[in-house]
Amino acid sequence: MPRQTPSQTVGPFLKMGLIRGVQNKLVSEATEGERIRIEGRVLDGEGQPINDAMLEIWQANAHGRYDHPDDTQDKPLDPAFTGFGRAATEEDGAYWFETVKPGSVPGPGNALQAPHINITLFARGMLLHAITRLYFPDEPTNEADPILNAVDDENRRGTLIADGGPAVYRFDIRVQGEGETVFFDT
Amino acid sequence: MKTPASYRPVDRGAQPPYLHAAYKSTVLRAPSKPLVRIPQTLSEITGPQVGAESMPGGDDDLTRNADTGVEAMGERIIVTGRVTDEDGRPVSDTLLEIWQANAAGRYHHDRDQHDAPLDPNFTGAGSCVTDENGDYRFTTIRPGAYPWPNHKNAWRPAHIHFSLFGPSFLTRLVTQMYFAGDPLLPLDPIYNCTPDERAREGMLARYDHEVTQPDWALGYRWDIVLRGRDATPMET
Repeated sequence: MPRQTPSQTVGPFLKMGLIRGVQNKLVSEATEGERIRIEGRVLDGEGQPINDAMLEIWQANAHGRYDHPDDTQDKPLDPAFTGFGRAATEEDGAYWFETVKPGSVPGPGNALQAPHINITLFARGMLLHAITRLYFPDEPTNEADPILNAVDDENRRGTLIADGGPAVYRFDIRVQGEGETVFFDT
Repeated sequence: MKTPASYRPVDRGAQPPYLHAAYKSTVLRAPSKPLVRIPQTLSEITGPQVGAESMPGGDDDLTRNADTGVEAMGERIIVTGRVTDEDGRPVSDTLLEIWQANAAGRYHHDRDQHDAPLDPNFTGAGSCVTDENGDYRFTTIRPGAYPWPNHKNAWRPAHIHFSLFGPSFLTRLVTQMYFAGDPLLPLDPIYNCTPDERAREGMLARYDHEVTQPDWALGYRWDIVLRGRDATPMET
């Protein structure tokens, strides 16, 4: 059986290969759903900004359906929304996305998951990308979410929940140290 | 609905750790807390579908895609191979994005201040989509080695950065392709971050005379393996 090809860092020059045109605005006029903006910073183990990181987001549409053949739910697709976005960080470690608030999707045992956005983080100095999720602070369904509840330490759980809302959410990612964001093994 | 079939775990023997102190930039950028294990839900099993329909095409020849009408300088090479999963099944219609230094070892990027010439006819970035057999093919320039500040007299071996999606959020891969036999490989902390030597060799492109085109370009073959998938859907 062939082995997985090892991951390597994106290095300091990722923008020349991966950032083309506007990829952090997922919405057009035709997109259905509630517009939101997500903004934040990516910080290292000393709290310093990481200015050469890239975030990718993957999310369901406003109805709670992923634009993917394995999502066979009886919910509408939105031809004006792919659910994929990409942003490189600026000098101060900042990034932003303009998107819609995702609907709920099923989780294990068909229990609903709270609305969330899946995030992949790449950076110079990260040999393997890191996976996390953004949840919304104003969602009562967070309480029962199976993924949030997989995080035993309640304080750490909070690193997955954005601040602010309902139009602009703030989500900082701390890759190491105090307030370290929860990353997943899937 | 049924939860679709899940993906095999990350091969921790093949994949690098976050912290690899010999590569100094990992020291403050490696998560220090254990990863939280979560089940694969619809969110992880699905993933961005970035394939042929989303790409303009014609971006697979880096010797010409700067669109200046003049060909890039350096040793012209063809890099081709197959993208499969761990069972050898082809991964078709998936996007590959590549970026690299020019023949002199300089990136077309503001932050690259290496004292080597830029080539105005080489952007160093390209893309293509795998065909129905999972095959991809780029024409480019053999990248040069270049110095970096990690340790005294540190030089990166010649490499090309590759980014791939595959069918799922879990199959995402960003890696680097190296050239077999490069004398800088044993000295490079990034290449050597993966503990298993056999797995590491999965990053080596090999010279392939069948790929070489007479009077035109040297050929290299490099196959890429993404996470595989369990056979049957889970009943939930």
